[in-house]
Amino acid sequence: MALESLTSASATELASALQAGETSALELTEACFDAIAAHNPTINAVITLCEESALAEAKAADLQLSAGTAGPLTGIPLLHKDIFCTRNVATTCASKMLTNFIPPYDATVVSRLQAAGTVMLGKTNMDEFAMGSSTETSVFGVTRNPWNLNCVPGGSSGGAAAAVAAGFAPLSTGTDTGGSIRQPASLCGITGLKPTYGRVSRLGIIAFASSLDQAGPMTRTVEDAALMLQAMSGVDAGDSTSADLEVPDFTAGLNQPIAGLKIGIPKEYFSHNLDPRVAEKIHEALNALVKEGAELVDIELPHTEQGIATYYIIAPAEASTNLSRYDGVRFGHRCDNPLNLTDLYERSRSEGFGEEVQRRILVGTYALSAGFYDAYFKKAQQVRRLISEDFQKAFERCDVIAGPAAPGTAFELGAKSDDPLAMYLEDIYTLSVNLAGLPGLSIPAGLIDGMPVGLQLIGRSFDETTLLRTGHRFQLCTDHHQAKPTLAGVNP
Amino acid sequence: MSWEVVMGLEVHLQLATKSKIFSGAANQFGAEPNVQACAVDLGMPGMLPVLNSEAVRYAVMFGLAIDARLGTRSVFDRKNYFYPDLPKGYQVSQFFEPIVCEGEFEIPMEDGSLFPVRITRAHLEEDAGKSVHDAYTGQTGVDLNRAGTPLLEIVTEPDFRTAAQAVAYLKALHSLATYLGISDGNMAEGSMRCDINISLRPTGSDEFGTRTEIKNVNSFKFVEKAIAIETERQQDVLESGGTITQETRLYDADKNETRAMRSKEVANDYRYFPEPDLLPIIIDEEYIDAVRSALPELPRIKRARFISEYALSQYDAALLVDTPTLANYFETAATQSKAPKLTANWILGDLAGALNRDSLQIHQSPVSAESLAGLIVRIADDTLSSKLAKQVFEGLWQQEGTADAIIEARGLKQVTDTGALEAMVDQVIEDHPDQVTQYRAAEENKQKKLLGFFVGQVMKASKGQANPQLLNTLLVAKLRSS
Repeated sequence: MALESLTSASATELASALQAGETSALELTEACFDAIAAHNPTINAVITLCEESALAEAKAADLQLSAGTAGPLTGIPLLHKDIFCTRNVATTCASKMLTNFIPPYDATVVSRLQAAGTVMLGKTNMDEFAMGSSTETSVFGVTRNPWNLNCVPGGSSGGAAAAVAAGFAPLSTGTDTGGSIRQPASLCGITGLKPTYGRVSRLGIIAFASSLDQAGPMTRTVEDAALMLQAMSGVDAGDSTSADLEVPDFTAGLNQPIAGLKIGIPKEYFSHNLDPRVAEKIHEALNALVKEGAELVDIELPHTEQGIATYYIIAPAEASTNLSRYDGVRFGHRCDNPLNLTDLYERSRSEGFGEEVQRRILVGTYALSAGFYDAYFKKAQQVRRLISEDFQKAFERCDVIAGPAAPGTAFELGAKSDDPLAMYLEDIYTLSVNLAGLPGLSIPAGLIDGMPVGLQLIGRSFDETTLLRTGHRFQLCTDHHQAKPTLAGVNP
Repeated sequence: MSWEVVMGLEVHLQLATKSKIFSGAANQFGAEPNVQACAVDLGMPGMLPVLNSEAVRYAVMFGLAIDARLGTRSVFDRKNYFYPDLPKGYQVSQFFEPIVCEGEFEIPMEDGSLFPVRITRAHLEEDAGKSVHDAYTGQTGVDLNRAGTPLLEIVTEPDFRTAAQAVAYLKALHSLATYLGISDGNMAEGSMRCDINISLRPTGSDEFGTRTEIKNVNSFKFVEKAIAIETERQQDVLESGGTITQETRLYDADKNETRAMRSKEVANDYRYFPEPDLLPIIIDEEYIDAVRSALPELPRIKRARFISEYALSQYDAALLVDTPTLANYFETAATQSKAPKLTANWILGDLAGALNRDSLQIHQSPVSAESLAGLIVRIADDTLSSKLAKQVFEGLWQQEGTADAIIEARGLKQVTDTGALEAMVDQVIEDHPDQVTQYRAAEENKQKKLLGFFVGQVMKASKGQANPQLLNTLLVAKLRSS
């Protein structure tokens, strides 16, 4: 296999090449490390490298491949977002608070992907504690968008998205609490899937907002996403909120036609917030699906606007208590020479957490406070139910909902750093999907001025199958997913 | 002015499940610090709670035992506060929707009456760890072995007016928990901890006064003392024209005083909200029926049965059903001796006294129920006088064998042979002519007293083995005649 294809091919293609003996897991792994060595100093997508263990895993994979006991992901290189606990490998959430944290356990997602034979190359950059839409709040510095180094990759799984786009690895894991897989996938021109809440175990994922967090695949194709989701999914006795449902064979139905599929178009997703050039790309994409036999249906999601307010109460409220454990007592950052217990708490937390994390802890604490609970948290929970009902009603008329994944293409570094509200609007089309617990997929839908646009498809609860089939059909009839950044001028 | 004390109690009962409420770590007392705390108990990043279904079953057992309404859907909430022995910075508890709702609990009082206590609610929660302040100079150690121990917090209405009622309630609760097997109820090890809400109001008033909450009282004796000292304190404040501050106070057993906890120790906004890491607990009729059918005979039912089946007093029955072991001991002994009242007297009298003297629990008694029954049988059939019986009991305590063997070995058989006794009586009358004359001359009421002299003499001659009733009859008859 050509060296160049090793860092641009899909995992499915790479798996065929491995099975056919056209390359080896070791060669593939080394090619990925070479790409990382060449471009990561500029892009800064990867913050921890596991070269030694990766090479050992690659060799073990090659033995399996030659013994004929390999599975579909055996020997495929993979990066984990630094929010997944990895045994004996630093897991920082890109926060000063956890720069010294080395978990003695693997997240369920990590151990399942390891059992599937993947080779873990390292950990990717992210917004601190997954709070952000630009990967600018990391203690390890910003990650740059491979399509334009002056732009952000989106976030919070910005490192993961940039790494897949830049050829560092065909697969990476992400987490999505309000859009953190789909928005960076959109901005970096890759495929990103947020599964239904409960499809993938949260055990070992450092919690941001427990009722919204969900892990998912970030890949070069929908087919790869199906393959990776297969390995990640299923009930976990260690996560009470993981769904005890049989996991369907996600790849089996991929090639089925979509004739007769009803695609709902929510008018609220094409309002004043949306860059009209993005709207145009989305309509082009929808036309391509119509040509494949899909039918477009106008639908309404009336509580879309309230989604942001609702999300920015519930997510910070849960975060404010999830992050209470970082108190400087047992692990994580501890301030020097605390005067007393209160000083230990105040300084350890003030020093360890960045500005955005502190903002959300404060907002969340406020929303849960006596006297404000009913006005904020309880009200937000009620609106959350209304948002869920909007989707249920919409799905009586359609099978899939389509719209943009983000209101625009990647913006310049620093453009929204001082305006949290503008930053929060980045997730307007994604976060209500988290509030409703539904699956959402972002796939490349073309370029505007050389920057990628993502089409978002939203499915019924636990119906990733239809989403994947629709997305795969789109990638069979278009070639947007094959567009790659040139990385011109990326060499340091 | 006379005052009425009004109290409500909150009891934290540690449930005796094998593992913790949200993790697989062992739930045991007394291990080296921090060896029974796993990643979940330590609040490590990414760790999630998984509910122990045994804890739910224990809570439902308790709810059924007090005829409470059960929350068919109950929800865990996070109670947020910072403390070094609270690893996650929140305690998982139940605030909005508890598993056990209103119930009622009848407490047997010493005078034989039943005192009804209304239970407001009981909810499941996890215990915190322990801060150890005295192990290191200038530093505090944290032991997280206790973190995640399942607790049932049982809250009453303000129904108590006296310390005796409060203590009787705690004892009854302790007894119930032991019957159900849901807690070892060892107060010294913290298995049952009590917070007392207490206020005073002028006798006859309908309104509640301002209350204080006394935390962490961990023995029946301290409950009594804490109530007394806090009542006295509040009365002093009120009578000198002051007002009571609503606050949390700590009972210091060493100084026998209550003192206000520093405001920093009392977090007043816990920011409760539903725990998103756990699903609601749903219990259906089928589950409840299954738990109900496996319930043991409850103390109140056993008590009623003892009263009707064995003709015991309310008070004796209440004492005997205190623990299942004691109740079983009684039933075994009573059934074998066929003299339940006498058996109850011996268990609550001599046996209880001896156990108490040697600081033993009933299950450690050197005298088995069967052995005691052997003794009771010999009292009932007049082989032994109560005095001799005490000697046989001593023999049983020393484990010298069965009652019959001890009677034989020590030669303690009561003399009931009329001929032999008559001879002894005749001899004594012959030996003491003056006293006989005195007796015969005396008035009837004085004769009774003088009779004692002759009884004593015959007893001495018989080495204490004369049957007292027979002896009396013979003596009176002989002294009257001739």
